[in-house]
Amino acid sequence: MNLTLKIWRQKDSKAKGQMVDYKVTEISEHMSFLEMMDVLNEQLVNTGEEPVAFDHDCREGICGMCSMYINGEAHGPDRGVTTCQLHMRMFKDGDTITIEPFRAAAFPVIKDLVVDRMAFERIQQAGGYISVNTSGNTQDANSLPISKHAADEAMDAATCIGCGACVATCKNSSAMLFVGAKVSQYALLPQGQVEAADRVRNMVAQMDLEGFGNCTNTGACEIECPKGISLENIARMNRELMKASI
Amino acid sequence: MSGFFKSSIGRKVAMALSAFFLMFFLLQHFAINLLSVFSADLFNEVSHFMGTNWLIQFALQPVLIFGVVFHFVMGFILEIRNKKAQGVSYAKNNGAANSTWMSRNMIYSGIAILAFIILHFIDFWFPEINVKFIQGDWSGVHEGVEGYRYFHELQEKFVSPIRVGAYVIAFVFLGLHLLHGFTSAFQSMGATAGRKKTLQNIGTAYSIIIPLGFIIIALFHHLNHH
Ligand code: SF4
Ligand code: FES
Repeated sequence: MNLTLKIWRQKDSKAKGQMVDYKVTEISEHMSFLEMMDVLNEQLVNTGEEPVAFDHDCREGICGMCSMYINGEAHGPDRGVTTCQLHMRMFKDGDTITIEPFRAAAFPVIKDLVVDRMAFERIQQAGGYISVNTSGNTQDANSLPISKHAADEAMDAATCIGCGACVATCKNSSAMLFVGAKVSQYALLPQGQVEAADRVRNMVAQMDLEGFGNCTNTGACEIECPKGISLENIARMNRELMKASI
Repeated sequence: MSGFFKSSIGRKVAMALSAFFLMFFLLQHFAINLLSVFSADLFNEVSHFMGTNWLIQFALQPVLIFGVVFHFVMGFILEIRNKKAQGVSYAKNNGAANSTWMSRNMIYSGIAILAFIILHFIDFWFPEINVKFIQGDWSGVHEGVEGYRYFHELQEKFVSPIRVGAYVIAFVFLGLHLLHGFTSAFQSMGATAGRKKTLQNIGTAYSIIIPLGFIIIALFHHLNHH
């Protein structure tokens, strides 16, 4: 299929960017979105132009690096997939596709479609861990009984890949789905109890410090999240913070 | 605890708590208004009680005013902060793909309700304050009106079709605001997914029945004034 692409081009973090039009031809519907971008970049390199910078790593939906805002939706129009898992069969011949970086004041653009998501790392560093010395004295996994239900919910929360689609989608640029998932994965397990109060307090404080907005429960994040992280995790984080503050 | 209300989640909880209070007030206001459809006397009696009871006037009324002002001021503060958190806006954004119109436009439905409250204060509240607190007349009667004055005043207000029209439009916005706000307040308080469906149904019922009821009452008095 032949497509028109409208892509955000920005030389570096200081430059003023703009949307630029490109044409790509003979795109197979079996290609992934990133493969289509590779075709475009090859084209650009061949004509001596600067290729479009975009983040990617695993290309199988597990690393959370790919991060495009495609036709007004984070990771594009499909559900439960990252940009690298998005197939070109979701588009039609002759389509115009708008491609922008994830937008949020806390995610500044580094170049073209690449944004700085280190804010997520700093939130994780503020409490997204358990302090336990596992070197040489690892416990047997079954010595702590955990209900199937709690284990499943913790696992669901832990599937968050930290891609930032929730922030990009949110009209308030709120990071609460991400932080809610990270708080929940520990709050649901006995191992997470020791530092539970400090964890939620510190992670929320860091989230606020990074300049993410305030959640107004639109639920857009839950719909656009490639891992199906549910709003329940935000509610749990709110409960955890209330518990920690009383 | 003071640190809690400075955090983003604390603000959200404060917003929800004031919302609960306002929704409860609305229910109470609706119940009393509904009386006016069935019995002028009963409406007069209850209005007189509400208007002259010291506990309601000097304890609950200030709390209510605070609740209203707080909800609005906080709403604006959050909106401004959230706009700032957004930075550059998208060239193309498909909000309808993942959220309701109501949830994305709470600020606008909120502003419409604020405009209505100002009108409503000019219509009813300021005259009440004037009569009771400035003129010092707590009798509830008015020259030329038989019995208490409240029902008579209510009917007079709804003679004008322009005012009734403004009220109807305001209540539509109130309904839209509540359609998102009701469940949103519970979610902010940490309500769990298990209870969500029931909550959603109650929320939808409340958001439709209450504003529609207010509209019907306004139209009823508009059509029935003598
Ligand atoms: S919650 Fe979902 S959208 Fe947000 S960072 Fe995690 S995986 Fe990405
Ligand atoms: S490149 Fe790893 S999730 Fe898309």
